[in-house]
Amino acid sequence: MSGLIINELTKKYYNKIALRNVSLNFEQGKIYGLLGPNGSGKTTLMKVVAGLHKQTSGHVLINDQVLSYKTKSYVSYMSTENYLYSSFKVVDILKFYKDMYKDFRYDYALNLLNDINVKLDYKVSNLSSGETAKLKTVIALSRDTDIYLLDEPLNGVDVLARDTIMDIIAKSYGENKIIIISTHLVSEIEKVLDTVVFLKEGAVELFFDAEELRQERQMSVEGIYKEVFGND
Amino acid sequence: MEFNNNIPIYLQVIDKIKQDIVSGKLKPGDKMPSSREYSYELGINFNTVARVYKELENEQILFTKRGLGTFITESREQIEDLRYRMAKNLIVSFIEGMKQLGYSKKDMIKFIEIENNNIERIE
Repeated sequence: MSGLIINELTKKYYNKIALRNVSLNFEQGKIYGLLGPNGSGKTTLMKVVAGLHKQTSGHVLINDQVLSYKTKSYVSYMSTENYLYSSFKVVDILKFYKDMYKDFRYDYALNLLNDINVKLDYKVSNLSSGETAKLKTVIALSRDTDIYLLDEPLNGVDVLARDTIMDIIAKSYGENKIIIISTHLVSEIEKVLDTVVFLKEGAVELFFDAEELRQERQMSVEGIYKEVFGND
Repeated sequence: MEFNNNIPIYLQVIDKIKQDIVSGKLKPGDKMPSSREYSYELGINFNTVARVYKELENEQILFTKRGLGTFITESREQIEDLRYRMAKNLIVSFIEGMKQLGYSKKDMIKFIEIENNNIERIE
């Protein structure tokens, strides 16, 4: 079965517990919000699914397969760090990804960048933080994979660039794709989410359908976020 | 379109489409954007738009021609009926609200006349 299943996942860094017994089931054709304050385990969870960190216990199934070098090809991961070579031009970054990943859709990336007005002959080091964030998002979503993990795509980005990034994400929706977005900017992102996961101190605090929450409790995702995590 | 995140988004989109049909902004037989285009245009989730279309099809306000897309009903009767139901909802909630404030039927009618005159004078 296609999808992402996480079962009793625990991750410790030495004696610090980053994830506690996390069990989650992600379905195709949905956009998920992975929400929680800093240090709640969002990045660790993504890194384990992306195959970059090894779990301490529990297991992860991607399209029915346990994590391995093979499952890496099913996952496109955008980390929070700025990992693009600063001396490259935008067009060289695209060529680099085309060489690195068989599934990279070069023309798709070109079109998206054209739509949002990021020039191909700019050097990465000359891009604003908003443009860098857009470029990172475009590159991650231009791989044709089953699962997209976007870690804090809206961080450090002004309001207009946020809208653009949300548009790029909405455009990339597909019936057989799973998109997981981590953020603590809840009100900006909640309109595009199907399902929401709250992580608190490494454990799943809540897992719910955004529209059902609004229907049953006349509450926004942001509202319940504040209830659970306080106003910080 | 601005959304209130405390109310299901799909209900807000349904209300907007109904308003636009009744006001004539959307005409009988008009083609709607695809769910994908519409979700992109409104900046909301694709599945939310798919749900909107499904519910409006169940209410026979939209219909799908296979391979061609989703369209607004061509039935004037259906649209008249929609206008009637929307008006009735408004009136019922108005009456209930006024009753809670302690207004009698006679006072409500008088109030409507006065305010309606005021609005007409401004226009």
